Amino acid sequence: MTRVFVPDDAAALSMGADKVASALKAEADKRNLNIEIIRNGSRGLLYLEPLVEVETSAGRVAYGPVAVKDAASLFEADFLNGGKHRLGHGLTEEIDYLKKQERLTFARCGIIDPLSVAEYKAHGGFAGLAAALKKSGADICKDVTESGLRGRGGAGFPTGIKWKTVHDARADQKYVCCNADEGDSGTFADRMLMEGDPFTLIEGMTIAGIATGATQGYVYIRSEYPHAIAKMKQAIAVLLAAGFLGDNIQGSGKSFALAVRTGAGAYICGEETSMLESLEGKRGMVRPKPPIPALEGLFGKPTVINNVLSFAAVPDILSHGAEFYRNYGMGRSRGTLPFQLAGNIRQGGLVEKAFGITLRQLLEDFGGGTFSGRPARAIQVGGPLGSYVPASQFDMAMDYETFAANGAMVGHGGIVVFDDTVDMARQARFAMEFCAIESCGKCTPCRIGAVRGVEVIDRIIAGVERDKNLIVLDDLCQTMTEGSLCAMGGLTPMPVQSAVKHFPEDFDRPPVAKAAE
Amino acid sequence: MLTKPELSPESERARDVCSRHGNRPDELIEILHELQDELGYVPESVIPVIAKTINLSRAEVHGVVTFYHDFRREPAGRHVVKICRAESCQSMAGEALCSHAKASLKAGFGETTADGAVTLEAVYCLGNCALSPAMMVDGQLHGRVDARRFDEIMSETLSEAAQ
Repeated sequence: MTRVFVPDDAAALSMGADKVASALKAEADKRNLNIEIIRNGSRGLLYLEPLVEVETSAGRVAYGPVAVKDAASLFEADFLNGGKHRLGHGLTEEIDYLKKQERLTFARCGIIDPLSVAEYKAHGGFAGLAAALKKSGADICKDVTESGLRGRGGAGFPTGIKWKTVHDARADQKYVCCNADEGDSGTFADRMLMEGDPFTLIEGMTIAGIATGATQGYVYIRSEYPHAIAKMKQAIAVLLAAGFLGDNIQGSGKSFALAVRTGAGAYICGEETSMLESLEGKRGMVRPKPPIPALEGLFGKPTVINNVLSFAAVPDILSHGAEFYRNYGMGRSRGTLPFQLAGNIRQGGLVEKAFGITLRQLLEDFGGGTFSGRPARAIQVGGPLGSYVPASQFDMAMDYETFAANGAMVGHGGIVVFDDTVDMARQARFAMEFCAIESCGKCTPCRIGAVRGVEVIDRIIAGVERDKNLIVLDDLCQTMTEGSLCAMGGLTPMPVQSAVKHFPEDFDRPPVAKAAE
Repeated sequence: MLTKPELSPESERARDVCSRHGNRPDELIEILHELQDELGYVPESVIPVIAKTINLSRAEVHGVVTFYHDFRREPAGRHVVKICRAESCQSMAGEALCSHAKASLKAGFGETTADGAVTLEAVYCLGNCALSPAMMVDGQLHGRVDARRFDEIMSETLSEAAQ
C-alpha cells in the first residue's frame, strides 16, 4: 500500500486540503489502487499548500499546490511512483526552501502523523523527557540556562533563569502555563507546531513541570485557532492513555497534568499577566509587576510561563545537550528561530534558521520577493508592535541585539512584507487604532494614548498643522513608551515612530479633502 | 407533583453548563464559550444565573462577557464570516476585500444581513498570514481570498444551507 500525505494543517485546509484528500481517495478507488492517506502537519512550504507527498523507495516526493482538478492527472502521471507532473517538486527533502533550513524545533513537523506516539518516538521523541527523568530539577534548569535559550514569545528573557526562579520558590502548588495566544499578525509558527507536532510542546511542558516541581499545566490557545485547539486536546488524550502525562509518568513517580484553555478573542491575553487573569476566568487585565509570575503567578502560585516555541525547544536541549543547542546562532542569541514569511511575499512559509540570517536573505532567497512583483518597501518584523524596517536596512542580521540596536525587535520572528503601494501613514494610524481596540484599559497612557494617537495621525494625514502635530505625536509616543504598564501600550509607538522616521514622505502628502473616516 | 419556580430554558442550559465545569469560577470563560456554542449568544438573562451558580457577582460575570470580543450579546446570523483586518492581510489588499464583502452583503462589520443569513465580523489575525488575505466562515479557514473567491465561498455556503 502506498502512503500518501495530505496535510490537515489549517493553512493547507484553507487552500482545500480536505477536498484534495477525498478527490485522491476517490480517484484511487476508481482505479482499484490501494493508497493510505495520512493527514500530516505542514512542512511549512505554505505557498505550495496543499502539498501532497508520496512515499517512494527513494524518499518522499512532493506535488503542490494540488487542486481537486489535478487528482486525475496525478494518477495518470504515475505520481504514486514519483512520476513527473507539472506540479512535481522532486524529493521533498531536496527542495531548496527546505534544504537550506536548520530545523530543530520543526524537525518532525509535516513528517510524522501528529498523533502517532510510535512515529514520534521513531523520530527522536521523548528522548528529552527520558533524559530529564534521570536528572534533578536544578540540573535541568542548569541545562536550559546553559543552552542560551531565550523566550521565543518576543521578549527574549533567558528561559533557564525563569525556571530556576520557580524551582527555588517554595509553595504547595506550582504551575506551568504555555502562552499559545499567538495574536501577532505575521506569525503562525505556534499554530503550525500545535497542529503538526503537538507532542513536542507537551514534552517540553512536562520537562518544565519536572524541572520546577509543577504538577499542573495549562495551554492557553486563542479561539481563532479551532484546529490547533482540537489537535492539542486529542494529543493530550493520546499521551494520557500512553502514560506520558498524568500520574506516575512512565513509572518515574513524577506527575504532570495538562489542560487546554481557550481564549476569547482578546489580543492582550498574549501578555503574560493578562493571560493569567484570563486563565483564572477573569477579564484579561494586565497585572503590575512585581510580583513576577515566577513567584506569584496563576492563582498566586509560582508559575512558569513560556511561549510554545520556547517549550518546544527544550526536548532537543535535554536529549542532545546544552552545547549542541548553543552552537547555533550568534552573539547572545543562541539556537534557531522559526521565521515566518508572510504578507506580500511570493513564497510564504516557515523558515527555521539559526539567528544571524538577514532580512534580505529571508525575503529574496527564501521568499522569492514580493507576491505582487513590485519592489518591497517595508517589512514589519515582530508583529503589530514591531518596527517597520525600510529597504535600506534589509541587510541587518536577525538577532535580538542587532535589531534592538537599530530600534527594532525580532519578537516572535514574524515578517510581514509590504510592497511600494503601502501608505505608511495609514499603517502608523492602524497601529494606534489596533492599540485602541485591544487595550485592556488598565493604564492611562495605553487606554487614552492610543485614541489620541489615532486623532493626531488623522490630523497629520489631513495636513492640519502638520509640524506641530508631529511633535505632539512624538511626545505622545514617549508617554506611552515610558508610562504604559505592559508591552501593548509600551511598544505601539515602535511601528508608529519607525514609520515616521523611515518614511517621512508619507506623512507629508498634500492634504486630502476627507481625511478621517 | 411539586412545582419549582420556572427557569427559562436558557437559564436551565446555563446551569447545566456550569455544572459540567464543576461550578468553578475559574472556568467562567470555558462556560461562556460552551453556552454560546449551544445558544448562539450569551443572553442577558443568564448572567445572574451563572453568577449565582459559580458564586461570583453579577458585575464580575458581566465584566468578563463584555471584555472579550468573542462573546455575543445578541444572536448572530445563520453564518458567521470573519475577515482578517491585520497587517499581513492589509499588505495583500485585505481592505479591498473588506469593502467588497461589505458591499456584497450590504452589512458592515458587527452587523447581520437583513435576511438574517450572515453576520460579518472583523478579526485580527487568523494565523494564515503566508496565504493572506484570510477569512473564516463558520469555523472554516480560507486563504488567498479575493473578491472572486469571496463570492464563490459565499454562494457555496449559502447554497449548502439551502439544501
